[in-house]
This record gives sequence, C-alpha cells and structure tokens, in this order.
Amino acid sequence: MMTIGLSHYLTVAAALFTLGVLGIFLNRKNVIVILMSVELMLLAVNLNLVAFSSHLGDLAGQVFSMFILTVAAAEAAIGLAIVVVFYRNRGTIAVEDINQMKG
Amino acid sequence: MIQALVFYMFACLAVLGGVMVISARNPVHSVLFLIFVFFNAAGLFLLLGAEFLAMVLVVVYVGAVAVLFLFVVMMLDINFVELRQGFLHYLPVGAAIGLVLFIELAAVFAGWHEAPEAKQMIAAATPDMAEIANTQALGRIIYTKYLYLFQASGMVLLVAMVGAIMLTLRKRPSTKRQNISLQLARKKEDTLEVVKMPVGGGIG
Repeated sequence: MMTIGLSHYLTVAAALFTLGVLGIFLNRKNVIVILMSVELMLLAVNLNLVAFSSHLGDLAGQVFSMFILTVAAAEAAIGLAIVVVFYRNRGTIAVEDINQMKG
Repeated sequence: MIQALVFYMFACLAVLGGVMVISARNPVHSVLFLIFVFFNAAGLFLLLGAEFLAMVLVVVYVGAVAVLFLFVVMMLDINFVELRQGFLHYLPVGAAIGLVLFIELAAVFAGWHEAPEAKQMIAAATPDMAEIANTQALGRIIYTKYLYLFQASGMVLLVAMVGAIMLTLRKRPSTKRQNISLQLARKKEDTLEVVKMPVGGGIG
C-alpha cells in the first residue's frame, strides 16, 4: 500500500479515462464540456504512457506522450474554432442542432 | 512514505477535479477544475520523474488550452442552463457505461502481466537521473532518434494554426478599411461633376 508502483498510476489513469467517457455521456448537449472530457481522456492516456516509461526505464514513452500533448493542443484549437464558427452561423452550440450534414 | 502520501494527494485531487469537471453547472467552473486536474497530473508526472513533461503540461494546457476554453466559454453568449437539461436523464446510462468501462479496464489490468522480454525491447533507455537531467536526456533523443516525429508534431501545430485562423477569420462588410491603391487610382472625372444650373432653378 505504501510503496507506489505502476499499478497505482494505472488505476488513476483508468479512473480519469472513465470520467472522461462519463462526461461525454452526461453533457451530451454541450460541445465545450465534451471537448473538455476528451482532454481528460487524453490526459489519462498520457499518464499511462509516462507511467510505463518510468516503469520500464524507456524514455520513448515520454516522447510519445509529448506527441500526444501536441495533438491534443491542436485538436482543442481546431475544435474550439469550429465551435466559434458554428455559433456565428447558427447562434447555438447545442449538439442536437448540429444536424445539417444529415441527409 | 512521503512519496506515497504525495501520490495519494495528487491522485485523489486529480480524480476529484475530474468529477467536478464533468458535473459542474457552470462551464467556467468546469474549465477551472480542468486546470486543477492538469496541475495535479503535472504533480504525478513529477513523481514519475518526467520533469520536462510536467512543465510542458502546465505551460501548454494551463497556459494555452485552458485559456482557449475559457475564452470561448466567455465569448459565446450561450444559455448553459438549457444545455444542461437532461443531465440526470443521461446519468443512469452514462453511469452504467462508465462502470462497464472501468470494470473492463480493471479486467485487462488484472489479467495483464509484464512480458518477460519487455526489458530487452527498450527503445531509448533512461539514463541515470543523477548524471543527466530528464530534460537533457529527452532533448538528446528528440533531436536525434525521434527527429521526424518532432518535425511531424511541429507540422501538426502549423496545420492546426492555419486551420484555426482560416476558420475564424471573417471579413465584415461594416468595418471600414483604408484601400490605398483605390485611393490613388481615384480620378477627378470619376468623382467630380460640374453641373450647369439655370438661374433661379433647383437641381431637381
């Protein structure tokens, strides 16, 4: 219990990932909170990579974690830009109103 | 001992913050709790010895992504109370799926055991922390072995930047801008008209 190993970090990451998935289900009308939940999930993945990197003594995991960080930042920027443009055009960001592509 | 206590503090606060992110009524509070989660995750990274990533997490997420979220939440005039309707309605199915996912992750975790050859497949071994700092060690492999990956992440950021600017840039017809070439191309004939007026008569 008092020696912190890989399993402790994996448990925290699993809890954060589950919270991210739960957040998408609970706030499925609000795009911004959904994006935040996605960020939570990406953070959990990062935590997994860093935990394994530390456990195995392999720095490559941290390099990949950095790559994920970059992709997450880009994804947040693009996602929020799309939200802003959508709000300008339609005056709402409710997920159920985003159906113009539906045939 | 002290490491375990610090770990439990960061872990509990991170999970608690995560719960608040998805359950806060006000999205501004959600963003602030997201910042809180990232700070605690940075603490966990520090405990794992990934100092550079911890600092990058604070700089990139708290400094850029969270501020971006805050900016968008405050800029858009949205009735968030309306968007929250059905929160309790979705709670049972959401909680069920979350529980199933967590049990699945736990099952994977319980059945998982480290491959015996895992230690021989290390791509870039971590050097001794006492000799070389984490940032320096990471720099040594990023700019040599993972150079293409590093360049690719730079390209991802560039494309994202161009895309975000292209998406949100708009020309408003109401704003007046100076068009110098148009001003210089103005001729007297285009704008000035000399009208002969009869004495005592109006223009119309």
